[in-house]
Order: sequence, then C-alpha cells, then structure tokens
Amino acid sequence: MNEWSWSAAQAVTPEIFLAASGLLLLVLGAFRGNSSLGFITAAVTAAFAMTIGLVVKADWTVTSVFGGMLVVDEFSAWLKITILGGLIASLVLSYDWLKENSVIRFEFPLLMLFSGVGMMFMTSVTNLMSLYVSLELSSLCLYVLAAIRRDSVQSGEAGIKYFILGALSSGLLLFGISLVYGYTGSVDYDTIGRTLLAHQGDVPVGAVLGLVFILAGIAFKVSAVPFHMWTPDVYQGAPTPVTAFFAIVPKVAALAMMIRLLAQPFQPLTEDWSQIVAFMCVASMLWGAFAGLAQENIKRLLAYSSIGNMGYALIGVLAGIPEGHAAVIIYITIYMIMTAGTFALLMALKRNGQAIENISDLAGLSKSSPFIAYSMAALMFSMSGIPPLAGFFSKLFIFQAAVETGHFTIAVVGVLASVVASYYYLRIIKVMFFDEAEAPVDKDTSWSRRYVALASIAFILLFCFFPMSLLSQAQTAAGSLFR
Amino acid sequence: MITFPILSLMTFLPLAGVALILLMRGGEAAVARNAKWAALITTTIIFALSVFMMVNFDPKEAGFQFVEKIEWFGENGIAYHMGVDGISFFFVVLSAFLTPICILASWVSIEKRVKEYMIAFLLLETFMIGTFCALDAILFYVFFEAVLIPMFIIIGVWGGARRVYSSFKFFLYTLLGSVLMLVAVLTMWTMGGTTDMPTLMQTAFQPSVQIWLWLAFFASFAVKMPMWPVHTWLPDAHVEAPTAGSVILAGVLLKMGGYGFLRFSIPMLPDATEFFIPMVFGLSIIAIIYTSLIALVQQDMKKMIAYSSVAHMGFVTLGIFSMTSQGIDGAIFQMISHGIVSAALFLCVGVVYDRLHTRDINRYGGLAKNMPIYATIFMILMLGSVGLPGTSGFVGEFLVLLGTFQVSPVFATFAATGVVLGAAYMLLLYRKVIFGPQDNAEAAELEDLNNREYFYFVPLVLLVLWLGVAPGYILDRISPATEKLITDYKARLSAPLPVPGETAQPEKSK
Repeated sequence: MNEWSWSAAQAVTPEIFLAASGLLLLVLGAFRGNSSLGFITAAVTAAFAMTIGLVVKADWTVTSVFGGMLVVDEFSAWLKITILGGLIASLVLSYDWLKENSVIRFEFPLLMLFSGVGMMFMTSVTNLMSLYVSLELSSLCLYVLAAIRRDSVQSGEAGIKYFILGALSSGLLLFGISLVYGYTGSVDYDTIGRTLLAHQGDVPVGAVLGLVFILAGIAFKVSAVPFHMWTPDVYQGAPTPVTAFFAIVPKVAALAMMIRLLAQPFQPLTEDWSQIVAFMCVASMLWGAFAGLAQENIKRLLAYSSIGNMGYALIGVLAGIPEGHAAVIIYITIYMIMTAGTFALLMALKRNGQAIENISDLAGLSKSSPFIAYSMAALMFSMSGIPPLAGFFSKLFIFQAAVETGHFTIAVVGVLASVVASYYYLRIIKVMFFDEAEAPVDKDTSWSRRYVALASIAFILLFCFFPMSLLSQAQTAAGSLFR
Repeated sequence: MITFPILSLMTFLPLAGVALILLMRGGEAAVARNAKWAALITTTIIFALSVFMMVNFDPKEAGFQFVEKIEWFGENGIAYHMGVDGISFFFVVLSAFLTPICILASWVSIEKRVKEYMIAFLLLETFMIGTFCALDAILFYVFFEAVLIPMFIIIGVWGGARRVYSSFKFFLYTLLGSVLMLVAVLTMWTMGGTTDMPTLMQTAFQPSVQIWLWLAFFASFAVKMPMWPVHTWLPDAHVEAPTAGSVILAGVLLKMGGYGFLRFSIPMLPDATEFFIPMVFGLSIIAIIYTSLIALVQQDMKKMIAYSSVAHMGFVTLGIFSMTSQGIDGAIFQMISHGIVSAALFLCVGVVYDRLHTRDINRYGGLAKNMPIYATIFMILMLGSVGLPGTSGFVGEFLVLLGTFQVSPVFATFAATGVVLGAAYMLLLYRKVIFGPQDNAEAAELEDLNNREYFYFVPLVLLVLWLGVAPGYILDRISPATEKLITDYKARLSAPLPVPGETAQPEKSK
C-alpha cells in the first residue's frame, strides 16, 4: 500500500470537500435544530454546485490513488457530474415538498449529501473493499431517507423493505467478494484482472461463483430483474421526493460501479458474465414492459418503467465495447433528466391539497393545466423512444452497440419491449388529453418544480440539435475505461 | 439553380409557424382565429416554395437535387443530408399542397382546441416533408417515426367516438413495424459503415443478411402502406380521424410505405427483393380483390374509401415490384393521383358530414337535386378513383397493369378484376348518396358548397383532370430516376456476390 500522498488527496478533493461540508452542516443542524432546514438545504445545494466545479477542475491524469483503492478518470468525472446534477435536482424538488407536507427535518439534505459522497466514490472504486464501503455509505442513507416520514405507515414499510432487501443484497455482495478474494488472492481490481487473465481457460469455479454473487448484489441496487421486487413497493411507499431521488441518482452510481467492475477486473470472464447480464437485461426489459401495463399508480408505473430502462442500459454493458459504455452513460444521463422532469411534474399535481397518485386522476389535465400536460406528454413520448426527442437517441446508441457486437436477438427483444412499454406511456397521454376533464387540479406555486421541469423539457426537445455536445464527451469518458 | 437551402426551409418553416402560434396571447376566440390564419399563411408559403422548387427542378437529372449536407453526429456518423430526386420530389410537393387544404377544410369543423390543432398540423408537415427529403437513414427514421406524435394526437383529441381505440391501434401498429426497421438500419450502419442513403445504395450486403433486412423494412413499410393483412388499423384510423386527418393519412402518410420500398428495399437490398417479389405480388392481389369486396358492403362512407385505399395501394406495390419502368412510373403516379383523389374524396365526405354529422350512406340520397355543384365535383373525383380515362387515376392503374403484364399476365389479369370491383363500389356509393329519391328530409335540405369549400375543391378537381390528360409533366420528371433505379437494380443483381467479410465499404471508424 502506498502511503498518504498529497497528490492522492488532491485527486479526491471534491469528495473531501463535500464530506467536510456535510460534517460541518451536521454539527450546525444539531445545534440549531430543524428550523435550520432552509439554510442547510441552501448550503448543501451550494456545496453540490461547488463540488461539480471541483470535479470539472480536477486533474484527471492522476489515474490511481491510495494504492489502487480509487481511480480518477474521465469516466468517473462524467458520472460524478451527472450524480451531482441529479442530487441538486432532487434536493431542489424536495425542499418545497418538505415544507408543504411539514416534514421539517434538517437531516434530509444531509442524508442526501452523505449518500452522494458514497455514490461519487462508487464511480471511482477499483478495489472490492472500497466498493463495498462506498456502496454501504450511500445505501444506509437511502434506507433512512425511505423511512423519513416516520408517521406514515407506507413510508415506514418502504424503509423496512428497502433495508431488509438491501441488507440481503449486501450480504450476497460480501459473500461474492470473499469468494473472489479466496480464489484470486486479492481484492484489488488490477491484481484480480491479472490473475484471471493468467488462468484464462481454467478459471476456478469459485471465482466465477463469486462474480455471480457480486453481480446479484449490484443488480439489487440497479433493480434489474430478478432482483427488482423491492422497487415498486419502495417507489410507491417512499415520500415522492425520495422516490424521485431514488429514481434519479443511485442507479447511475450502481451502473457505473458495475461497468467498471465488468470492464476491468472481470474482463477475462466476459463469456461468463455476459450470459448473466444478457438474462438480466432481457428479463428486465420484458418485465418492465409487461408488468407496467397493469399499473394504476403513477409511482408504481415509474418503478416498472425504471426496471425496463435499466434493462436497456444493461444492453450497453453487455456489448462490452467503448461505444457500448458510451451509450450506457448517455442513456442513464438522458434517463435521469427525463425522470427528474417527470417527478417535478408529478409533485406539482395536487387536488384539494391531496397529491395525485393514480393515472385516472390525470383526466382532462390538458385543459386545466396545459403546461403540466404538455410537458408530461413530451416526456412520455421521449420515454417511449419516439424521435426527435432525446429518449429516442439514447435508445438508438444502445441498440447500435448491441447490433455492432452481434446481439441481434437482444436488440429485437428490446425494440419489441419498447413497443409494449410505449402503451403505458401513451396511456398517460391519453388520460390527460383524450379523457373528459375532472375537477381542476390545484395551482402549483412552486417555482423550483417548474424550473426543473422546464430544464428537462428543454433538454429533451433540443438534444437532437446538439447531440455532439454530449456524445464526444461520453466517448472520451468510455474510452478512459480501457486505458 | 437555387442557392439557398430550400428543402430545409420547407421542412422547418412550419416550426416557425408553431413558434408564432405559441406566442399568441389574448382571448380564446382571438387566438383560435389568429392561429388558423398563421397556419394557413405558413403552409401557403411552403406550398409556394414547392412550386418554386418545381420550376427549378431539372427533369433530366436522375440523381439527387437541392442537396444539403451538414455534419450531425461527428465526422463518420449520422449526417444531416437532404435532397430530392424524381422519386421523392412529387411527394414533397403533394405534402406541401395538401396541408393548406387541410387547414382550410378544418376552418369551421374544428371547434375545440383550435390552437393545438393547428400546431399539430404544422408539426405534421415538418415531419412529412422531412421524411421525403431525408437522405440519411437515421434522419429518415427520425422524421418517419415522429409523424406518429401529431397523428396520434389528431386522431385521439379531435376524432370520433372510438378515437382512443383507433389512435392506439394506429400508433402501436406503426411503431411495431418501425422499430424493426430501426434494427435493420442499425445493422446496415454496422455493416456498411455509414447511414448515408446514396452510399448504402452502392453497398453490397450478403444475400443471407439481405433477407432479414428486407423483412424488417417490409414490416415497417407494409404496415404504413398498408398491405393486407396488416391493413386493419387503416379503416379504424380513417373512420375516427377528423376529416383533415383522414386527408393527410390517405394523401401522404400511406405514400411513405411505397416511398420506403423504392428508397430502401429495392436499391439497397436487390437480391432479397428479387426473392420476395412473388410474395409481394400475392399479397398485392389479395389486397386488391379482398379489400375491394369488403368495400362493397360498407355502410360507412369513410370506411368504404379507406378500404378502397388499401386496394389502390395494392396496385402500387404490384407496380413497384414488377421492376419494369412502366410499373414503377405507374406506381409513383398512382400514389400521387391517389394522394389527390382520395384526399379529395375524404373532403367530400367531410362536406356532408359537417352538415348532417353522419357518415352512414343510407342517411343520404338524392343530393344531386339540392347540391348540384357538390354532385358534379364528387362525380369527377369518383371517376378519378375508378380510373376512368381522362382522369389521373387511369394513368397510374394503366401503367401498373402494363408493367405487371410484362412480368406476369396472370397477376395482371387478377389485378384488372380489381379495377372492375373498384368501379362497382364507387358507383354504388355515388348512386346511393347522390342519386335516388330524396327519402331523407334532412339530407334534402343540405346546402351546396360554400365559397371556402369551393376554393379548395377546384384546384383538386382541376389537378385530377389535368394529370389525366397530360400526365407527361410528372412522368417526365419521374422516369430518369426510375430508369436509374431499375438499371442499378439489374446491374447489382447480376453482379458476382461479394465474398463474406469483404464488403465494399471500409470499416466504420469512430
């Protein structure tokens, strides 16, 4: 192990800064109490924004730090920026909701912050130990967030469910890590990769088994079928801003971790893991599409939609080429932006002070609140992958990667599943536009929601005019994985 | 030559109209009125541009004209590449011609959400013109698929009683076909190293791959066309769509299928095309005869015309896949003629529907007495649909039959029976609606065409007659491109097949 060095500390400046400001604000909150929620929220948002600046300014040429515990490259930089952007959006969306529903707890923004620190590390880890630690750092905060509304039975249930299943998945992950350690003699990505490469052809079964357990553990976090069962319940039960946060951010980090794990140390085992990933991806796409058809609750529907979307993202992981990984990070970035917009609109919907959660309650929305209805329609068309909206291009790159690597069956299953899934997206549009109006919804007073929604809509509409702005960056980022 | 990018201007000018309408403020009635005018003026300018383009179109040139090319997705990726040749040119003009007519036809019949309706039609125009101009496979797909959004909304919001069912059926059917085409396009991208359509037309794909690619394209274009047995979305969509929606659907959207065959299937996949010709012939004949028979028993005017569209499109596929210059010329001419005639027939239905609010044939009768001008116009259009010599319908059907006869007299004979059946149901419709006793008091009191209706029927009728007696203007401009299509097709078909792995194009580099 290398000893502490100044350049290593410099490489993780963004994380250190974020964690330090988190601790500082925690102390402040402890003394000032819940009344400081407003100040802490603003401070945390500012901290996120400053961290983005630090990530952008950071020196990405330092490849490996802390004795191979972490790596700082374009890939992690892209994802850190994405994650921080998602955190800002979720936090901005949450604040108004917290005030409106009198959930005044200063821990809320801080829990987001600490899970954010964990997620930033997740994109950089190159060691199974740091992988586990950063995953747990982010997950523990998420469990608490799911149950933040202690007086609500549903929220408590969501928290417990998420915690138990999350603990199970952590157990699987840890078991997998110990198997891999036992059979390769290391937890370091580089060493594992070299050991596996040296034994190519007669890789010990135990190492493969370990990989399977690790994958299962990560699949829980990205909610890929068959490890998805927590998603609908947690999405429905958790307070809406928390659901939005769950839908927007943690999956990005988990996918990043998965990509690096499979592309670097377990690259020699591609034949083995690609069968598993192929199954998860087909199963997720189909289950996300078909199970979503029967949903009445919008949050549940979005849970199935996210399961399906993770299936599409996994296609790019499966392809295992730089174009594939570039496609994945574009896909999750665009998906994140669309989801942020959708939740912003969803949170704006209330009738007589009650949040609207069922699809049928959206009836006639195009008359009573046209802004929400038209934005939602654009988002839904984008989610179902209709050009010229951004959602189409994200799917295009994914399928391109699949076709390029000869995964024709998966590409065909994917496009057919997208047709099935488009039915439930269309159904939302149908209810808003074709059905007769119900009582009008309450006028939304929150500007933050409006701005998040507007930014998201502007992005999905205008992406087709400036695709290269994202594309070339994504290619560089994905290329850095293979250095 | 035109020095400014006229195709992009025509494609994106409707978006300027959309922006203008979105900026309008004021009372609902005022906005509705202004939106109508804005839409009408924008679409009329685009039509004027298309006329200007027609004047500048070089009839001798077989390749692409008015070409524009801008980098879009990096150097070797997808490009923004636009251009027209003899095959696509008149579809652009047709789209530009029909859209202002649609706006006029909806002037009073659309009462709710006028602003949104006009926006939908302007968006539709952008996507339609873009589809016919695109020379990049992904760009084509973007426009081709984007058409679904405004059309879904048009049918679903302003449609009839079963609009929800119809709009979903339309959307999902078409999407299902299109996504398979997307996989095919991606495969060609990977194998050919480009999405540039003129380059792909020169790229040789292995015959075994071609079969799959062809089927994937077929899935999309056959649904759009629509060919039997995937035509069932069309009658539903037509019946429920508002009049102008039906006009665009029949006038332009159906042509995208035939255009796709001419642009993708035949030039890019010649071996597979040759392999599948018998199947297409069979399906076309079934479409012609079977849907004609179905049209005979319809009680709903729109449904009858919708089924007649399927039959007419059967002629088009027959002509395209005869691979003779008469057949393909005839098919393109038939598509343009059908675009005008069927669009006008739907407008005819719209005229009486606006007055009596029913499409049931039995509710009408003896309209010749109280609506003489309407009866005359309807007659000319009906005869155009039947294919009477002197109308545009005749030229297309005749050329198609001529082309088919050279390849297969048997199929040509079967197809000819379709002409007879076509005459049967159209005359039946005309007799029931226009002639006979005036049994229905309501129908007897309908007023004849007003000035606005007169205004959009006259150019349509004149076009039907003009194209019937002087088809040369269009045929001269189509034939260089079709000759080139057939020559290339024949040349590439007989060429020795490339060894696997030795495709003509360099590997894609990113």
